[in-house]
Amino acid sequence: MRAMLIIVAGLLLPAVAWGAGGGPTYPDDRIEIDWDDKAAMQRGARTFVNYCLSCHSAAYARFNRVGQDLGIPDDVVRDNLIFTTDMNGEKTKVGALMKTTMTSQYAEQAFGITPPDLSLVARSRGVNWLYNYLRGFYVDESREGLGVNNGVFANVGMPHVLAELQGLQKPQYNTVTDSHGNEQEVIVGFELVKAGSMTQSEYDQTIHDLVAFLDYLAEPYKQTRKNVGTGVIIFLFFFLILAYALKKEYWKDVH
Amino acid sequence: MSEKQTGTGLLGWIDARFPLTKMYEEHLGKYYAPKNFNFWYFFGSLALLVLVLQIVTGIFLTMHYKPDGDLAFASVEYIMRDVDWGWLIRYLHSTGASAFFVVVYLHMFRALIYGSYQRPRELIWIFGMFIFLALMAEAFMGYLLPWGQMSYWGAQVIISLFGAIPIVGDELTLWIRGDFVISDATLNRFFALHVIAVPLVLLMLVVMHIIALHEVGSNNPDGVDIKKNKDENGIPLDGIPFHPYYTVKDIVGVVVFLILFSVVVFFMPEMGGYFLEYANFVPADQFKTPEHIAPVWYFTPFYAILRAVPDKLMGVIAMFAAIAVLFFMPWIDRGKVRSVRYRSGAFKLLLVMLVVSFIGLGYLGALPATETRTLFARLFSVGYFGFFVGLWWISKNENTKPVPERVQ
Repeated sequence: MRAMLIIVAGLLLPAVAWGAGGGPTYPDDRIEIDWDDKAAMQRGARTFVNYCLSCHSAAYARFNRVGQDLGIPDDVVRDNLIFTTDMNGEKTKVGALMKTTMTSQYAEQAFGITPPDLSLVARSRGVNWLYNYLRGFYVDESREGLGVNNGVFANVGMPHVLAELQGLQKPQYNTVTDSHGNEQEVIVGFELVKAGSMTQSEYDQTIHDLVAFLDYLAEPYKQTRKNVGTGVIIFLFFFLILAYALKKEYWKDVH
Repeated sequence: MSEKQTGTGLLGWIDARFPLTKMYEEHLGKYYAPKNFNFWYFFGSLALLVLVLQIVTGIFLTMHYKPDGDLAFASVEYIMRDVDWGWLIRYLHSTGASAFFVVVYLHMFRALIYGSYQRPRELIWIFGMFIFLALMAEAFMGYLLPWGQMSYWGAQVIISLFGAIPIVGDELTLWIRGDFVISDATLNRFFALHVIAVPLVLLMLVVMHIIALHEVGSNNPDGVDIKKNKDENGIPLDGIPFHPYYTVKDIVGVVVFLILFSVVVFFMPEMGGYFLEYANFVPADQFKTPEHIAPVWYFTPFYAILRAVPDKLMGVIAMFAAIAVLFFMPWIDRGKVRSVRYRSGAFKLLLVMLVVSFIGLGYLGALPATETRTLFARLFSVGYFGFFVGLWWISKNENTKPVPERVQ
């Protein structure tokens, strides 16, 4: 049996070597999200409601739930996170879902596409992708109306909403030869051509906080899940000791 | 009249009207199982555990889920966010689906290595294969219900396979979907089939599987017949009552399983995109095909066989043949020795080839096809079918070791 397992493992090992690869994108940085850093998520929530929620929804999340989870009292949520009104023209209730007021017809006229809901974007795209994407806008005059393109999501329909914070940057190219022998130009860096209200490190921090909030938003119960899981597994280990002792006791007389 | 055992009290009253004690004794208290069950024998009871888990969590999910093309995706997120412990129920169910296949694949592998499909257990094996088929149908239809991009496009790809069947193909796919594309109509019927029709079939088959097993008795890692050697009371010398011996032993297996299961449920419910695919966190959009459509991991070996064949119809036939061939295991294997312990080196080599091919196919089926990968998928497909051809070939006059009289 053991020899067979070793042979199986040995034969499968080379298969693991072929990894899946995509085209090169820039930027390509990684971030860590600290789930205990509620302050970062609060700052991210502020950026989110100010810059994202005008066009995007987070239609599976509720304002007051965000408040409860991030330690923001309902009245602060009402005054600082809710800028939308409901159909009667009254201010959106604190228990409401986080929906944009932009209609999809209007959005399609403006952008050619309805901006996707962002409740789950951190789960479908991943936090690293978001961190790079939001830092990856660059000047591209060929794109009518937008004037920008993105190093991570080429020809995306979204304008650079955060340009007033980041400023505008120009790409620096390098020519590389891919595995098929074709030469192609890839972005290797950015150069700031118009300053924004933030320095680069301030902007990176802002995006980090925004992504931390989006990560929270995609799975608000993630912390609970891990806490409950730890308890469950500790219980099961104690149960295992008892179960094993019981089995041993019964099986004493089996020879 | 034969002397009927007459108990007193409530049990006696019931026994006179319903064979409660008789059933308990036949299936637990006086069901004599071989005493040498090893690791591989945990997976039957674990499969039963996961079945119950799926039914119970499924009932609670049904209370909040909405089988409607416009509401389904949002109702799943509603369960995850607004229903008390909804995230736990949903993760138990989604992880349970994958766990079911892990457990069932290992259970089937156990039957292969110890010859549990051989005479007189052919029907147990065949009922088991029908369970496997029902389970695949159940999982496939359940995967459509969250109504994410991968739910939608995965179903689109699989259902379109039926279109490869000559003459009736197009009509057949239309009939399955109830529409020209996957739509609300498809979602509704898949919901009906997933929550009631297939589970009923599954439960009935499980009962038949167990009744057949208890009729002929369990095989064991030595593949010897324990009923050949009985004591003066007619009890097999190498048998022990299922309860309490195997009930207490299976509890240990259950707890170990639950620990591993909990690690996934609580700490990695997406399992790196294999149990819950990332693209499935985007609502279904019939106008936007995802870049890469891959079925969930438990279907990838068969999907890889499908893609390995250049012609679509032949690919579909090969894929179904890969499952159908398993039904014939009791007759493909012409050997008289059951356990791998006493079988030839050739048999062991064939087993290794099967495992390597199956895992290799599963790995390739999850990735986009490239030239090299297709080449390997073809190699592994030949390896997979080669197992059955090879087994039929070598088992006629196999060079086996002597099988002991009693379990070791």
